[in-house]
Amino acid sequence: MNASQPLAFVNARLVDPESGYDGRGGVIVSEGVITDVAKGREFGKLSKAVRVIDCGGALLAPGLIDLRVRTGEPGAETKETLASAAKAAAAGGVTSFVVQPDTAPAIDDPSVVDFILRRARDIDSARILVAGAATRGLKGEQMAEIGLMREAGCVYVTDAGKPIVDSKVMQRVLTYAKGFDALLAHRPMDPWLGKGGAAIGGEFAGRMGLPSISPMAERIMLERDVALLEATGGKLLVDQISSAQALETLERAKKKGLRIHASVSINHLSFNELDIGDYRTFAKLNPPLRGEDDRQALIEALASGLIDVVVSSHSPAPAEDKRLPFDEAAPGAVGLETLLPALLSLYHEERIALVDLIRAVTLAPAELLGLRGGRIAPGAPADLVLCDIDAPIIIDAARLLSKSKNSPFDGRRLQGQVLMTVVDGRVVHRAEG
Amino acid sequence: MTASAHDPSQAAIETIRARVFAFPKRHFLSAGDLNALQAVELLDLADAFVALNRQTSKTLDILKGRTLMNLFFENSTRTQSSFELAGKRLGADVVNMNPKTSSVAKGETLIDTAVTLNAMRPDLLVIRHASSGAASLLSQKVSGHVVNAGDGQHEHPTQAVLDALSIRRAFGRVSGLTVAICGDVLHSRVARSNVALLHTLGASVRLVGPPTLMPSQAERWGVTVHHDMKSGLAGADVVMMLRLQLERMQGAFVPSTREYFRFYGLDREKLSRAAPGAKVMHPGPMNRGVEIDSDVADDPAISLIQDQVEMGVAARMAVLTSLAARLEAAQ
Repeated sequence: MNASQPLAFVNARLVDPESGYDGRGGVIVSEGVITDVAKGREFGKLSKAVRVIDCGGALLAPGLIDLRVRTGEPGAETKETLASAAKAAAAGGVTSFVVQPDTAPAIDDPSVVDFILRRARDIDSARILVAGAATRGLKGEQMAEIGLMREAGCVYVTDAGKPIVDSKVMQRVLTYAKGFDALLAHRPMDPWLGKGGAAIGGEFAGRMGLPSISPMAERIMLERDVALLEATGGKLLVDQISSAQALETLERAKKKGLRIHASVSINHLSFNELDIGDYRTFAKLNPPLRGEDDRQALIEALASGLIDVVVSSHSPAPAEDKRLPFDEAAPGAVGLETLLPALLSLYHEERIALVDLIRAVTLAPAELLGLRGGRIAPGAPADLVLCDIDAPIIIDAARLLSKSKNSPFDGRRLQGQVLMTVVDGRVVHRAEG
Repeated sequence: MTASAHDPSQAAIETIRARVFAFPKRHFLSAGDLNALQAVELLDLADAFVALNRQTSKTLDILKGRTLMNLFFENSTRTQSSFELAGKRLGADVVNMNPKTSSVAKGETLIDTAVTLNAMRPDLLVIRHASSGAASLLSQKVSGHVVNAGDGQHEHPTQAVLDALSIRRAFGRVSGLTVAICGDVLHSRVARSNVALLHTLGASVRLVGPPTLMPSQAERWGVTVHHDMKSGLAGADVVMMLRLQLERMQGAFVPSTREYFRFYGLDREKLSRAAPGAKVMHPGPMNRGVEIDSDVADDPAISLIQDQVEMGVAARMAVLTSLAARLEAAQ
């Protein structure tokens, strides 16, 4: 399709998180940007050059921005390449995603950032962004070249799933990153309380004989991080908060006015530890699944705005890494294609308003990274998703476009069929049929 | 009068054949797989095997033509020998695999091994593995019957059967007894299986041990939890000691073996709190002077430890026979 051909999306249920609008409307895009927005009205007579797409009342929202995607490239391309991840993203309505730095080699150097971004330029089905490592080799010892990586185009820094254990290093990273206004995403997990564990300690793990992680491991390290944040004045994203206890810490920190934000993975909003069932390794995640009380608390926190962002936490792992005894299996699940329909469950269950759910995967991550996307306004990038939010679907892992098929949603009935995904004004995905 | 009445060995065989029942599930992965009736039937069958095992001629042809594979990813001389003997006495072809020196050491996964072994068409696969859930994983990938001979910290169901058999033979019943399971419950698959089966059979169960070695919310297993041996053993009919896994000492679960023995090791003084005539059990191998005093362990008047070893073969013969009966019922 010609990227320069203007498109007019009409007869949509338009959701714009920036203005809080949820109602009938349409959008005109041209030259890769949104040029006109109709809210509660129809466009006037359109020129013949404009291709009109009748949305039939389906949801039209900004394309999703996923802050946390692991790929296998570079280093483990059999798990996932940037191109295969981008295809999966397009199929899931994700128009931008941030690659995590725990690749091989790690993205801890401006040249690797540059390498990824150069590869990304040849991939047009999604915008690929990069997170740089906070410390060299993600070892938590020496600070990585945060400034140079920012210059090379990295959007935030993180040691991905690995906590920075040394408090002095953490303090320095927060302090130094502030100079470049770089966001630090950090997974709070006390390494000693988490050592050797495959599941969160509790009745379920005890009964199943699974080596366990103390339920307090997350909160304890978050308390430390908050204290350091207070001292340094940095900007912190709590990476995939998962416990009710840690939410209390987060709330206190936010009330103090600290620059602290939090993400939650869609998996932790959708599953609890009982989904591990008979040692189902697809439900082995990092952080591990918790009890139903924690899941409910996370949903409440998302509804209240305490949690800012929802991520897919896309972590491809091939069968050989998953078909192992539970404590030996790799953690993680693919999620780019299931993020939106899984998130919509919270709307269908009347837990969270649609506009608030959409905000958590569009505007909120865009604002955290200082991107212009994530909103439906003239001048914003023409990154859009069209979705029939009522259409029932059954997730079939074998049909996912990711190279790895490790999805805990396999077989789950959800509602929400992505009909079309648009990146930069180009249609990059269209549902079959 | 039948001929068997004159021939004690034939009588034992006829009793066994009369008591054979088809196992409720395709695999024996958990002690919780049995309901009360099935558990009693299994113990009755095992009892008949005890009689056979005490005869000169101990072999039968119940598993003739069947192949039993012992797949021990973790070393265990006594459990492996017990299964091997059980299989051979039932007439099966028994193969012992030692994955530590096989392809597994070269990077082959459990599933790869399972698929390879499955191609050899074993009827019964006995697996021990250091990871919880490994037996369950294997059972999903093979066509034969899987017996869990210990998976990580999860379950060891045939140990629970032999323990229940030992208790029933000592007391004539299991129902109504109070059993105190003491020591490192956290890491014990024996404890998890015993809690399930003893409950099914109507015993009341206590767990006794230091808080660091007690699973979180263990009281929700339907047991009472004690951190003090005096209250834990008070009036108990059976004191089941667990092995303290000495490698756990490095994890600082307990300060020293000396302190552990002082507070949680079983000696005459602590045992005196139990009911008169109480029996002592231990799944072995024992750390003498750590969790149990030799004086108690070796006293035949109170120790069932040697009985447990004997019952192990009979219990496993019963389990294998019942699984094979299911195999035949399915064919």
